[in-house]
Amino acid sequence: MCFKTQYIAVCTCLYLFVQQILIVKLKLNISRSDEYKKMKNILYILFIFPLVIFSQEQISGKILEATESKKEAPLFGANVYWLGTSVGTTSDFDGNFTIPYDKSYTKLVVSYVGFKTDTIQVTSAKKLQITLEPKSELEEVTITSRKQTTAKSYLNATNTFTVSSDELLKAACCNLSESFETNPSIDVNFADAVTGTRQIKMLGLTSPYLLIATENIPSIRGASQAYGLSFIPGTWVESIQITKGAGSVVNGFESIAGQINAELVKPSTDDRLFVNLYGAINERLELNTHINTKVSEKWDTGIYLHGNTSSKKHDVNDDGFMDMPIYNQINVMNRWQYTNTENGFVSFINFKFLNDEKQTGQVNFDPIKDRGTTNAWGGEIDTKRYEVSTKLGYVNTEIPWQSVGVQAAFSSHEQDSYFGLNNYDITHNSLYTSVVYNSIISDSRNKFKTGISYTYDHYDELVNTTDYGRTESAIGAFFEYAFDNLNDVNITAGLRVDSHNLLGTFISPRVHARYTPWVKSALRASFGRGKRSANIFAENQSVFSTSRSINILNANGEIYGLDPEIAWNYGVSFLQGFDFFSRKADITFDYYRTDFQNQVVVDFENPQEVNFYNLEGDSYANSFQVEINYNVFENFDMRLAYKYYDVQTQYGSEKLEKPLVPKNRFFANASYETAISETNLSQWKFDATFNWLGKQRFSSTETNPLQYQLGEYSSSVGTVNVQITKVFSPKFEVYLGGENITNVQQYNPVLGADNPFGPYFDTTFVYGPIFGSNYYAGLRFRIN
Amino acid sequence: MKKTIAIIALIFISATSFAQNKNAKASLEVDGVCGMCKNRIEKACFKIKGVKSAIWDVKTHELQVIYNEEKTNLNEIHNSIAAVGHDTKEIKASDEAYDAVHACCKYRDDEVVDDHKDE
Repeated sequence: MCFKTQYIAVCTCLYLFVQQILIVKLKLNISRSDEYKKMKNILYILFIFPLVIFSQEQISGKILEATESKKEAPLFGANVYWLGTSVGTTSDFDGNFTIPYDKSYTKLVVSYVGFKTDTIQVTSAKKLQITLEPKSELEEVTITSRKQTTAKSYLNATNTFTVSSDELLKAACCNLSESFETNPSIDVNFADAVTGTRQIKMLGLTSPYLLIATENIPSIRGASQAYGLSFIPGTWVESIQITKGAGSVVNGFESIAGQINAELVKPSTDDRLFVNLYGAINERLELNTHINTKVSEKWDTGIYLHGNTSSKKHDVNDDGFMDMPIYNQINVMNRWQYTNTENGFVSFINFKFLNDEKQTGQVNFDPIKDRGTTNAWGGEIDTKRYEVSTKLGYVNTEIPWQSVGVQAAFSSHEQDSYFGLNNYDITHNSLYTSVVYNSIISDSRNKFKTGISYTYDHYDELVNTTDYGRTESAIGAFFEYAFDNLNDVNITAGLRVDSHNLLGTFISPRVHARYTPWVKSALRASFGRGKRSANIFAENQSVFSTSRSINILNANGEIYGLDPEIAWNYGVSFLQGFDFFSRKADITFDYYRTDFQNQVVVDFENPQEVNFYNLEGDSYANSFQVEINYNVFENFDMRLAYKYYDVQTQYGSEKLEKPLVPKNRFFANASYETAISETNLSQWKFDATFNWLGKQRFSSTETNPLQYQLGEYSSSVGTVNVQITKVFSPKFEVYLGGENITNVQQYNPVLGADNPFGPYFDTTFVYGPIFGSNYYAGLRFRIN
Repeated sequence: MKKTIAIIALIFISATSFAQNKNAKASLEVDGVCGMCKNRIEKACFKIKGVKSAIWDVKTHELQVIYNEEKTNLNEIHNSIAAVGHDTKEIKASDEAYDAVHACCKYRDDEVVDDHKDE
């Protein structure tokens, strides 16, 4: 017996001695490396085990914390004690601990500040491994407020807000032009009374003055300017970023009032199967299908199909004209996504095809019989568009701030159309390529983007019998510097130099700055210059649906005989977040001014003519907006906005308010969601939007006979849209909605409807809804 | 001949092992509690010439730095962080430095840590 005890004691001593030597040796060899830690752990386990077996009175283990990345890290200094005893210890640097064990001890308590205390049943002296959960994470589940569907940044230099897909679902229909209904910064109105085209405006300026991109490739420009927004189905859009003011120099020189970027759904993150069906009582039908699959470890692909049709002719106001065109659209996209996290390469390849057919005009118009005659007034717009785009990005996995992106896009847009006796055909082939390099100067507070871009646009354009074909090409270089003091200031300053075959060589400076004077606030300022060639016909296609004669005055310039448009935009914005009755709220004040140095003035002031000419005098757009977001109570959000526009242009000898721009606009949106049911994850969502537009100026009709005269101003209009969504499960939901439920209508949208081939016919005096109220229902089905 | 090769090889090996990494990465544990701490810690790193990137995680207390080994070293980074009042695994901030941090950032005080738990 004595011998045995002695033997154990000697062994233990020897053992500890060897262990120490080994550890010291290892420390010397592989100091501080992970291997050392691993080895040490293994050694501890190896050495401690036999000791435990010999002595039978120690228990050991390791305490780990569950970190965000699902890795487990050792927890240093955790308290370990036997429940109801004073026997305790703390864990060491590697999370290891050893504690005396007795058979009467059964419950081991492990606690650590900031972590959930754990109590473990111990029945034998086995080695333990205990993982503690951080406390905050558990509590967050109950505390976290709902994510805002439209997010404003307190930190960016630019005045950008992101509209998430949740916000887009608030107005279920149907394409990008209709996705701004719940957004007060963007105004949506009809371009004319016959084509049903929605036009968007920001800061009082129409969409040609915005740079509209899909995934940062300028996409709605040139020939697609008029209808392009309706060629991007709403379900394809993952999120939209809206930047007010000059925007970045990276995507080109054309943006003047702002930038809108639509991020599309991505094969790797979109639902494996998504089906959306929509039907309205006006017999508009839409179908969207997404199918996404993982092809290999690194490749994902998706096919997105969209079809819409409306074949019923409506004439609610009995003027003989259809309130909206009848149409068919097929829109297909195939995306390939490559992701390699090991070497940092990512890539997208996209193919798109679109075929869109519209028929407008009088109800009794038969295209086969009546085209080119004065039997009945009508028109057709047939568009085919092919697009291929690719992106390749490389992020240096060693140096995260360094990245290179290459993008190239080619599109061919072909529109064949006629409006009454006016023919308009345009084919626009466009190539866009750019290379962007991101890195830092000295440290990550000073970032820069630099690169080059090349664009090529060829237009075959036929207006009645006049050929306006032309080629534009531009090569440009840009540099954008971003400074962030990690606290209250950041500045983005960009400059680009472009050499354009028709616009010449010019620079476009753009600067954005943000300053945070106190908590939860952001004061922003920006200025920038934009320059563009106006595609006067593509952008103003409504002029064809009139009897006006089309004139280009003093045609000595390069583009349709006109000069390029040049404008400066200046803006300030202030955002303040606050708590009101202990609920979250924020308020934003925006003031922007756009000053045109040159503009192609579109002059409707003579009711028999539309005149295009270079600006002589002033043209500016002042925009003031105040917006309040308030979370009134749990799951109930309110958004209120008021907007004031002062948009004036020199028309010949007179400076006048721009026609059809309301000076005052009021907007309110309320949305309520019930709590998500815990049993089947079902939920109700309610959404209502109220929009009020003040009076809008009509261009002069003074010289018309009395029956074809309009007042100086339109009346004001207020519309209400509502939608209810029932989410049955994450897989299936149904929605029901009403547009313009108070049935507000503009009764005389077509001037001279009684004699469409007479001199007073005009469809451009549209200030409000033509159709009246409309109700719709739809469903969404998804498998993740 | 063999000797020469060996010597050249040796020179090469030693040369490579002495070549210093311009984008050395390190991860250190720095104590702190909030966004203000984050600003202070990251700024302390950027005070040192040669630090290119510094990102501190409020939750995990992990500071990831990328720095130019030719211009600075980890020791300097630890010192600079301690100088603004934050304890690192290696260097504890002096009491004067700790006293200077904002009241809401007193990470050694359990009550303050508790207050920030929900963030």
